[in-house]
Order: sequence, then C-alpha cells, then structure tokens
Amino acid sequence: MLLLAFDTATPAITVALHDGVRVLAESTEVDARRHGELLLPAVDRVLATAGARIGDVTDLVVGVGPGPYTGLRVGLVTAAALGDALGVPTHGVCTLDGIAAASGLDGPFVVATDARRKEVYWARYQDPFTREGEPAVDRPAEVAARVAGLPAVGAGALLYPEAFPGAAGPEHVSAAALASLAAARLAGGVPLLPPRPLYLRRPDAQVPAGYKAVLPT
Amino acid sequence: MTSEPLVLGIETSCDETGVGIVRGHTLLADAVASSVDEHARFGGVVPEVASRAHLEAMVPTIQRALEQAGVKASDLDGIAVTSGPGLAGALLVGVAAAKAYAYALGKPLYGVNHLASHICVDQLEHGALPEPTMALLVSGGHSSLLLAPDITSDVRPLGATIDDAAGEAFDKVARLLGLGFPGGPAIDRHAREGDPTAIGFPRGLTGPRDPVYDFSFSGLKTAVARWVEARKRAGEPVPVADVSASFQEAVVDVLTRKAVRACRDNGVDHLMIGGGVAANSRLRALAEERCAAAGIVLRVPRPKLCTDNGAMVAALGAEMVARNRAPSALDLSADSSLPVTEISVPGPGPGTGLGRAHGLSQGPENSHDRQVGGGHRHGPGHDHVHEVSGENLYS
Repeated sequence: MLLLAFDTATPAITVALHDGVRVLAESTEVDARRHGELLLPAVDRVLATAGARIGDVTDLVVGVGPGPYTGLRVGLVTAAALGDALGVPTHGVCTLDGIAAASGLDGPFVVATDARRKEVYWARYQDPFTREGEPAVDRPAEVAARVAGLPAVGAGALLYPEAFPGAAGPEHVSAAALASLAAARLAGGVPLLPPRPLYLRRPDAQVPAGYKAVLPT
Repeated sequence: MTSEPLVLGIETSCDETGVGIVRGHTLLADAVASSVDEHARFGGVVPEVASRAHLEAMVPTIQRALEQAGVKASDLDGIAVTSGPGLAGALLVGVAAAKAYAYALGKPLYGVNHLASHICVDQLEHGALPEPTMALLVSGGHSSLLLAPDITSDVRPLGATIDDAAGEAFDKVARLLGLGFPGGPAIDRHAREGDPTAIGFPRGLTGPRDPVYDFSFSGLKTAVARWVEARKRAGEPVPVADVSASFQEAVVDVLTRKAVRACRDNGVDHLMIGGGVAANSRLRALAEERCAAAGIVLRVPRPKLCTDNGAMVAALGAEMVARNRAPSALDLSADSSLPVTEISVPGPGPGTGLGRAHGLSQGPENSHDRQVGGGHRHGPGHDHVHEVSGENLYS
C-alpha cells in the first residue's frame, strides 16, 4: 500500500505519504489563500522526498471538511482527478477526525475549526478516534453551552477563548494524522467516507426581492 | 510535429463545466455540464452555486469527453485550462483538476486566457485564423474588441465595455420584462415578433468625442427601464416584442458598427465574433449585412462553440503545443482578472514561449502576486467578469 493523503479544509496545505505502516514523508504549509497554488507542488515534493512517483500510489485520502469552501474544493477536485487519472480509489476522511487523532487527549473533548462569519465547524469526540455524531457549524457560544467544561482543540477553539477557555493545539489538520487514521481504518475494514465535501451550509444567495424602479416616485 | 497535437481543454470560468478535446483544428469532443438552471431563480450566476456544480461535474465531464472523442487520456499531448478571467472560485476547480490530470498523466499543462480561447475556437469551425484576426467578443461577462496578430502570444485590446457587458444587459432587460434568465435567448425570441424601430433607444458611446472602440450598455438598460416604467404608470400595456426588438437593435447596432470600424481602421478584412451573445440571431444577421457591405469576411462559429465550452480551451491549447509555447508550472493559479494580453501563464522553467516576451516571466519568488483575488494591476481596456450584484437596477 502507498497511500497519498492531503487536506485543504483548514488554512494548512498538508500532504503525506503512508505505506500502511508509517508516514514516509509529509509537508505542511499554512497559507489560507493559496491552496490552489501550493497543493500540487507539495504533492510532488512529498513523493520526491520518499523516492516515490505518483504512479506508485495505490490509494488517495482527502480531507472532506468541513472547511471554507474554496480551499476545500481544491483538495477534493485534486483527489477526484488524480484518482480518475491513476485509476486508484479515492477515500474521504472528516477533517475534524484528523485533528482529533492528533489531539493527544484521551477523555471526551471537542474539535473546532474556523468557519468564518463568527462561527466554528465542530464535533465532539469520546476519544481521539471516536466522534459522537456528525460535524456541525454553529456560533462559539452555542457550542460552549453544549460542551461546557470539555477540553477543546483546533484553530476555531483558539480563536474564541471566551467560549473555549484553555483551548489547545493542534490548530490545523495534518495529512500525516489523516493518512495514519485512514490506513488504520482501511486495515481494520472500517469504511471511509465518499470523497464529497462537507459544506454544512447552503450557498448564501438571495432570490432578488423584486424590481426597484428607476423613475422617481 | 508529425501529427497535429491532441489536447484536452477544461473551462470552468462561469457556470458551464466544459471539457473539449481537439486534434489540431479538428473538434473531437465537446462535453458541457451547465448549472444554468440552478441560477435561474436568482436572476444571475451565483458564484458559490457554480463552484459547487463544477466540483460535482468535473470528473464525469472529463470522462464523457474522452469517451466521445474515443481517445485515451494517455494519448494526449497536453492539457489546457482556463486560468482566467472569470469567477475566482469557479476557475480554481478547473485549474486544480487540470493540474492533477497533467501531473498524474505526465502531460504538459497550459493555463490559458478565456478570451483568447473564445477567439481561437473559430479554428475548429473555419480553419486557421488569419493573422491578424479582428475579434468581437460579447458575452455575459465580456464585451471587447480585440486585435490578435498571434493568438498564442499577441492579443491587443482595442476597446471594451466601460460598464455592463452586452449579455448582462440582455439579462437585466429580460428580467425587467419578466422573461426569465438567461435573457439572451428570450429577448431574441420575442424580438422576432417586434419592430426594431418602434422605440429609439440610445446607442451608447457613439458620440463624436466618445471612445471609438469602447462600449457602454448600462445607460441603455436604464433607458429601457424608464420607458417600460413610464408605460406601466400610464396604465398602458408594455409591448414586450417591440421593446425586445428595439433594445436588441440598439445593442447589435453599436456592436457591429464599432467592429466594422475597427476592421476598416486597422486594415483587417475579416471579423470573428465569439462569446455567448454571438448566438443572437439579429447580431449574426446585422454583422453579415454590414460586413458584406464593407467587404469584410465574417467568421462566427456555431452557437454551441460561441458559449463557454472546453473545446475552445483545447483549441488554444493545441495551438500552444503546435507553436511550441512554454507550458505552465504546477503552481499555476486561477486569476479572476487575468488581462487579455496574458494569453497563457507560462511557468518559470526552460521554454521557448514567446508569451514570456510580455514580461510574464514568473518565478516562485513573485507568485504571491498571482494568487486568487490578488491585487495585481491591469491596464485599461480590460474588462472583468460581472458577478451578479444587487447594486444596479435590482436589489
């Protein structure tokens, strides 16, 4: 197995190569506005570091969010296109699961990332590998009211200390964690997600209210 | 080159996910998935709706194009993609997909200009473009007069709209008349039953001191709105057919008049018309008539090649390969306001591309300037895609 994993659902452009046992190479850059430019060069760099070629890859793993849409789509369309061109399976993993797996916590906790518009994407975990329910998007105060007292990780928690006192890293997801998680789940026969985006919000488009006259009334 | 280049082109600058495959000047496949129906109730293209649809449609549309063309991805000589101008988030989906295919297949990648592609598509219809080519590009996002001595390296903007694009005016007037979105086909249909001389709507920027090759359609749109409102307030019925015909006549009169003038002034004996508005039947007829009178050969591709599609991108990509132009690098970005003078976005590596003669040489050190939404400056005569906004006539 040679598993190429990447995620663009947080400000990080993160790529890792995993052989089913361990991470062979990884790259993480943080630049919320340049996912489109940085992802493929990072893939190329990670493969080169591991002495592998893209044609050697047997599985693709992509973070399906939730995350800001424009960056999120870069990862998803790249995974879909690579998967189609290489003829290898493309798996999805919830981005928050990747952060949870790297949290270093063992009791119940919360992962929150920045959803912009004063909201966070979040999910509650029993332990680093067990999510309770589906990810959601809410205002930090609403989340705090529901998870009061639980430790919190992720940039969304760090951004709102009043709602998440004592929040800690990791801020963003790492593809190494995502790859290890996916490799373990594949080995254990646990199904992964389809590589489809978790937007969690509808496009905010308003149906025009009506005609506004140009003549003075 | 022993055989003509086989190139796949990807276009996602607005609401059409287009994938075309050409061999030289021969069209092999033209697959388009459109999200236009999803935008209709909003009265215009909603960027986020378009971007989501591109992601869904991208790989299936590529697969459909390869199937239509009967070629294998491994046979391709290159992959071309619209890198701008257009809606930033929409462009990014196509650019990321193109990079992934090019990387996985080991093929050269060509990030190309949407407007130059609209011109180059005519090679699939009428063979090699004359050099120079005079082009009138009219769509929902653009209205430009362009002189192209070399479609892969030298496109010169003569004029462009200073406010609304022609297609945008069609959409807004159609909305005013209750004809739905997109407005172009609806106005065209109603205009056939109407009198184009019924109402004398203004011809924008045609005064003696106005810019010779620029366009303006915002004032026309407002004039139509005022006329229609006055009618309604007087309690009289609105003659939809006559308004449609008279409005359409005002648009195509100015477009064709300025295009013919541009040909004459520059000693060019043919005119290419492209973009979605080139599908308008009255524009085609009046252009035919005026070009014939002026001794100008008119080249207008079939309507399906005038609207946004991947074949046009493939056509320009094939020309890039044939002329040995420099391919793009893996850090190619989407540029929502790519100037028309930047026909392609060559990478920093070794290459013979003449496109670099335009000062495009671009290394990693200045790649920050090229990010989506980045603020690099464009000269005059460059028009941006107009996203749906509530600022003008509607709110």
